[in-house]
Amino acid sequence: MTVNLPLLDRRETVARLLRDRGELLVVSGLGSATYDVAAAGDDPRNFYLWGAMGGTAAMALGLALAQPERPVLAVTGDGDMLMGMGSLATIGAKRPSNLSVVVLDNEVYGETGAQPTAIAHGVDLVRVARGCGLEAPDDIRDMNGVGTLVERIHRSDGPLFANIKIDAREHARVLPARDGAWLRSRFREAVLGLAP
Amino acid sequence: MSAAGARAWSVELYDVLVRQGIRQVAYVPDAGHSDLIERCGANPAMETTVLTTEEEGIALLGGAWLGGDRGILLMQSSGVGNCVNMLSLIENCRMPFVTLITMRGEWGEFNPWQAPMGLATPDVLSRMNVQVHRVEVAKDAAATLDAAISQSYDGMLASAVLLSQRLIGRKDFEAED
Ligand SMILES: Cc1ncc(C[n+]2csc(CCOP(=O)(O)OP(=O)(O)O)c2C)c(N)n1
Repeated sequence: MTVNLPLLDRRETVARLLRDRGELLVVSGLGSATYDVAAAGDDPRNFYLWGAMGGTAAMALGLALAQPERPVLAVTGDGDMLMGMGSLATIGAKRPSNLSVVVLDNEVYGETGAQPTAIAHGVDLVRVARGCGLEAPDDIRDMNGVGTLVERIHRSDGPLFANIKIDAREHARVLPARDGAWLRSRFREAVLGLAP
Repeated sequence: MSAAGARAWSVELYDVLVRQGIRQVAYVPDAGHSDLIERCGANPAMETTVLTTEEEGIALLGGAWLGGDRGILLMQSSGVGNCVNMLSLIENCRMPFVTLITMRGEWGEFNPWQAPMGLATPDVLSRMNVQVHRVEVAKDAAATLDAAISQSYDGMLASAVLLSQRLIGRKDFEAED
């Protein structure tokens, strides 16, 4: 018997992911994922993408390889992940243990008017990720699952992939800075101690 | 790999990467890059990453630089077509970026499918604000790459070094390998 629990709220989910974040470095995918990460509290160690669709996981991979001692988290939407699905294979080939890719799966392209993604037609990202050799729990549907995920992210025994089922409701936008040059200088100053 | 094995220019290019402190090497293979890919892969101080598509390399190297690593993307000219929108990341963030591109479709090319992006490559890169340096003869290859890396990582520019097909040699479709 399956019990249909209400789907998770994206803002609460991301706030939980980033609470007590420690050394965590974050790359967020364009659109709602970026707003969610900003809503959880701005931090110089967040790198917000406003474009470069499909690039979130690959960018986090480069960062994870450069900073192997710190946990690195990509947070993005199912649409962005589907566009960059090949990067799961690239991650699977490199296997950085400190990298986690978390998809906020609302089964739609929310930012552009909620058109259904391939997920709505039955495509299963968890199985794709497992096929690429990533550690991937079943779809996460409740806050307990999110809590367990947070522990795994900080354990750095990945590469880890998680697909979190969230409701498709749109929240008021929380807009972080969108000047990429400023964001990257701020990030490098915080993480590397380098002046811009 | 036939003649590719010990070509002096590719050894020199490898030495430039080492001297310039390039740590992450991302690539979609091209025959012309095979020697360089092998050398980088054999260097434990380098992270070589095989990509599924070239645009991943742009995002990957952007992330690498955020984390303090210098990197380079190796691809053939057809791959430039796969990169266009992702180059907006480099432009918006004014990130340094270097790519080394083997040219196809421009010198005795047997395969016409290589011609469209071979022709378009310099224009497409320029339109995306990537500075293009073309190398026609082997003796210029190392110095050009060295200059491009310096200009990118010290001057915060995006640069592409194009190795002409004449330099690399035509691909021999009749050969065994
Ligand atoms: C290359 C490219 N194609 C299309 C778009 C338009 N676009 C912007 S956001 C978006 C949808 C993102 O969907 P998803 O990642 O699922 O996030 P959601 O908004 O649903 O949270 C699309 C298609 C774009 N910005 N860039």
